[in-house]
Amino acid sequence: MDRIRDLASQKAAVIFTKSSCCMCHSTKALFYDLGASPAIHELDQDENGREMELALRVLGCNPIVPSVFIGGQFVGSTKDVISLHVDGSLKKMLINAKAIWF
Amino acid sequence: MADASPRTDTSTDADTEDRDLRFQNNLSQVLVASDGSDKSRDQKTLRRLAQNREAARKSRLRKKAYVQQLESSRMKLTQLEQELQRARQQGIFISSSGDQSQASGGGNGALAFDVEYARWLEENNRRINELRGAVNSHAGDGELRIIVEGIVAQYDDIFRIKGDAAKADVFHILSGMWKTPAERCFLWLGGFRSSELLKLLMNQLEPLTEQQILALNNLQQSSQQAEDSLSQGMEALQQSLAETLAGSLGPSGSSGNVANYMGQMAMAMGKLGTLEGFIRQADNLRQQTLQQMHRILTTRQSARALLAISDYFSRLRALSSLWLARPRE
Repeated sequence: MDRIRDLASQKAAVIFTKSSCCMCHSTKALFYDLGASPAIHELDQDENGREMELALRVLGCNPIVPSVFIGGQFVGSTKDVISLHVDGSLKKMLINAKAIWF
Repeated sequence: MADASPRTDTSTDADTEDRDLRFQNNLSQVLVASDGSDKSRDQKTLRRLAQNREAARKSRLRKKAYVQQLESSRMKLTQLEQELQRARQQGIFISSSGDQSQASGGGNGALAFDVEYARWLEENNRRINELRGAVNSHAGDGELRIIVEGIVAQYDDIFRIKGDAAKADVFHILSGMWKTPAERCFLWLGGFRSSELLKLLMNQLEPLTEQQILALNNLQQSSQQAEDSLSQGMEALQQSLAETLAGSLGPSGSSGNVANYMGQMAMAMGKLGTLEGFIRQADNLRQQTLQQMHRILTTRQSARALLAISDYFSRLRALSSLWLARPRE
């Protein structure tokens, strides 16, 4: 959990993924499209991957990847990101966290 | 000694002849009986037995012909059932009660969904007509809101039903075969594109406040961005699947390659499993967009929007029917 929190606070937008996960690819694409440059951490390429996975599950992220943090705060997985984007909240969060400017 | 045993089999013209003969025989038997000669009685008996045999033979032939007719009409029935199934898949919706067509496991899921969808569509049409009536009769906002909320909730239903169906048979949903041909033209991840729908609606909803126009434009843009991101994810999936399968190509024979092959297949299976997630997110996007639109608009505008959406899809379905019925050389 500490490692997750640690990494999540290092950048305005942080996404935990797995290299084989195509839905993660979608979420990354959305952030790039918005002009955000999220930090990407691939759990299957990290030596602490297993513990990080468990920590994310405890947080309630379902599915575990992609797992999105904005301004150090846990946002959710793909479904949450899409819902927040549709009602305009995602952009607001990104602007507040200074991940994007407009 | 007169033979008068009743015949119980169904008679034909040929039989009538038989009967005439037998009657004449009976008559002649009665006339001759008084003779009391054994010899003539044997002759009559023999002739009667011969005629019995003949009648029995004809009866058997008739029965055989009848059974043959039964068999071929059973085949014809199976054929018709298949044609019906095919026609239904191509978008000509024919409701059937007590549907007992055989289908494989996967097919059952698809068929069950098709039936549920047809039912949903019928209910949707009913509600839309109710809404149209209320709008045309200048019903109050309160009444409109109830009908509109009902329709929005009904859309929630179909997304849930699609979700279950995607679990059972993701490829059926993806194929869009449960929609009519013209609708399939616009198929995106197992359904319609919300961004396109919003574009169509913008002109139909005037007058809109500046805030509303801004909000709707933002919604359309967000919707499009989300669609694009999901499309990119799907492309990545296709790419990944292709690479996985291509990776198992190579010189056959060695046991190492067999293990490789099975490993690659297992990986490919895993990738196919993620398709359902994409459909689910696409439907989630559709649902969220519809709800956000509803939030931006007034009750009356929402009513007009729902009517416009329904009209649009009705036209697509009508186009499909015309297309399927078009004369061909």
